[in-house]
Parts: sequence; structure tokens; C-alpha cells
Amino acid sequence: MENTGSPPHILTARDAGLIGCTQCGKVHLPTTATCSRCGATLQMRDKASLQKVWAWLIAGIIVYIPANLYPMLATASLGHTTENTIVGGVIELMHHGSYGVAGIVFVASIVIPVAKFIAIAFLALTVTRRVRMSAHHRHTLFEVVEFIGRWSMIDVFVVAILSSLVRLDFAATITPGIAAISFALSVAFTMIAALSFDERLIWDASEDEPRE
Amino acid sequence: MSTPAPLSCDLDRMIACPACDALLADISVETGETASCPRCHTVIEAPRPLAMTRIIMLALAALILMIAAVFFPFLELGAAGMVRRSSLLDTVMAFATGLTAPLTIAMAALIVILPVSRFLALLYVLGPMAFGWHPARHAAKVFRLAEALRPWAMAEVFIVGVAVALVKVAGLAHVSLGPAFWAFVALVVVTVLKDNFMSRVTVWKTLEARRTS
Ligand SMILES: [Zn+2]
Ligand SMILES: [Zn+2]
Repeated sequence: MENTGSPPHILTARDAGLIGCTQCGKVHLPTTATCSRCGATLQMRDKASLQKVWAWLIAGIIVYIPANLYPMLATASLGHTTENTIVGGVIELMHHGSYGVAGIVFVASIVIPVAKFIAIAFLALTVTRRVRMSAHHRHTLFEVVEFIGRWSMIDVFVVAILSSLVRLDFAATITPGIAAISFALSVAFTMIAALSFDERLIWDASEDEPRE
Repeated sequence: MSTPAPLSCDLDRMIACPACDALLADISVETGETASCPRCHTVIEAPRPLAMTRIIMLALAALILMIAAVFFPFLELGAAGMVRRSSLLDTVMAFATGLTAPLTIAMAALIVILPVSRFLALLYVLGPMAFGWHPARHAAKVFRLAEALRPWAMAEVFIVGVAVALVKVAGLAHVSLGPAFWAFVALVVVTVLKDNFMSRVTVWKTLEARRTS
């Protein structure tokens, strides 16, 4: 993708002294406040964007810590209760030989959240700092982060399904643990962090790069 | 769709890429073609034949499937001669006791309420469009809402969750999938199809053209 397209000198709406709508693409004079086509609020660049991104990202990381320390679910079977954290659940699945599912849970609950924290922090940092990674690649990274965020919710759904299914009338009971809440919050916060990111900032930073 | 707006200003002949702000000439995109940004390759417009009609058909199908998915059991668990059926409502209510109670509302929202609101919003906005009528009142507001809800409607994530849960309890008891599970799978397929037909910029342009005509 490096050498295709991306003509070196592309004019942005901002360069032309205009504002483009991030929802519908309509171009407006800089004095316009809301888009005449779709009604979205117009901003040359969302100046507070990075602050919002950092605030939500830090909140997401903070609530991710108890999500790993406290039990995600508790299984009560024949008088004794076992509590499982996220990692504990993955290990147990591997003991049962279901490596595929253990892989899904591991990726959705640990790899994706952590990779997402790093990716969002990286994208936010590189808006103001110059890096080797081209704007193209950072844009792709942003799209991946945006797409993948919701999939981390899998484990919360699994806990809910298991708890509704395995109830008192069986030998075992499964109840959700407090980690389910903090995990769900962590996913939501990082999703908001990604959503508050003004994509256009990625491209502004690379404006005067000599070569893509 | 490509009729020039009455305001004969140059601004109407340009479009800014929603992703990177590149200023481009707003050429009329033929049905079946895809216009993407030369700078960041984001797809800007991709009108598809009968897209509006197809989207409302799919949204209607999705609504019906959702009703089925909510009321029929989606998992059946059998152990020691007993059978337990779990419906979507049971799943939502799983967090209803104890410290996890606030999650109940969030679950209901993510799996049922937000997807349903999106289907209804799309029907409301695109229904009149498909028949060539004027946009409904507040159509712009409703469509903005539908677009904002998009990342939060997690029906397809839930389906993968069901599959994982199935494997987890497989050792504990005999588990089988209920009719609602298949309704939900169909729902996810329909939702993905529907979102593929949807081109945000095209919808906005159509809404604008119909409003002023
Ligand atoms: Zn707009
Ligand atoms: Zn672009």
C-alpha cells in the first residue's frame, strides 16, 4: 500500500480555510457551527479530542486492573466454591483440552484489551510527535482498534450466559463476579476513548513529512 | 442524487474526506461504483442498486428475528433428567442480583435495546426514502442517532459468547442450541448484510436532496 495513491500535496479543507463535516463530508465556511446537511457540530479540529482520549483511556486501564484481580465468576459445586479470574478461566479451559475456546477467551479478554491500550496511547502520542510509522499505517491501526473494541465484550456475555444457564436446580451454580463489571467498564471506556479520537489529527501530523 | 443543490456555491461541488479532511471534487458516484479517498483510501460513497429498499427489508427481517430471539430459548441444558432452558431474557437477568445488578441494564441495552433502536431508526429514516417520499420529521436527528449507536449494538459479539459458553458447560451437562440461537445467527447475518449496503454519505446526500426538492 505504501506506493499506491497518496499524492504528495493534497489540499485539506482546513488548508483551504474551510471546514469539512466528519459525518457527511459537506464542506462549509469556517463561520458555520452546524452542518447544513446532517446537523452535526462542525469543528476545524476537535481541540479537546486528545484530552478526552487520554482521560477515557486512563479510566479504562484503571478499571482493567480489578478486572484481572477479582473473580469473573464463581462456580459452586457440591458444597465448595471455586472462583475464577480471567486468566484462571483460560487455564481451566486448557486443562479441559479446549484450546480453541481458551484461545478465543485469551485473545478477547487479554490480548485485545492490552493491545488496544497500547495502540490508542501510541496514536495519541504520535499526533504531536514525529514517528517512522506512516500516516497510512497509523490510520489502519486506528481502524483496527475501532473495529475490534467491541469484541472484548465476549467474556462478559459468557459469564451472563453461564450464570443464567447453570442454576440451583443443578449440581453446580455459577454466579457472576465483580470483575465482570470492571471488565465491561474497561471495554466501554476504551471504546469511548477510540470514538473521541479525531481521526484527522493522524493526517495533520504527517502533513509536512517529506515522504509517506 | 447528483442533482446540483440550488445554492450555486462552489462549496457544493466539493466534499471533504470524513477521515482525513482531504478536499475533493464531489463527483456524482454511479450506482455500483465506489468512491474512495485518494489520500487515506477510506470509502466515501458506495451507492448500491436498490440499497434503500434492501436496507429496510433487512431491518424489518432483523426486527422479526430479534422478537423470536428474545422469546424462544436459545440454549437447553440437560443434566440428571432435568432440562433447563435459557432465553435471552434469562441471560440479561443473570446479573440482576448482588453487586453486578447495574450490568443487567447494560446487557439488555447491548444485546436487545440498542440493536432494536437502530433497526427502528433506520426504518424510520430510510422507509420514506425507498418510496421516494419526503424525509420524515427529524429524519436527520434520527439517522445521526442510528449512526452513533452502531458501535454499541453488539448482537454478533453475543453470538460468539454463546458459542464459548457452550463449550464451557459441555463437560457439565448435555447442551443443545434452541431455536432462538438460530434466529440470532440469522439476525447477525442480516445486520452485516444491511450495514454493507449502507453508505453514510449517500444517505445524507439523499436526505438533503429530498428535503429541498
Ligand atoms: Zn454533515
Ligand atoms: Zn481521506
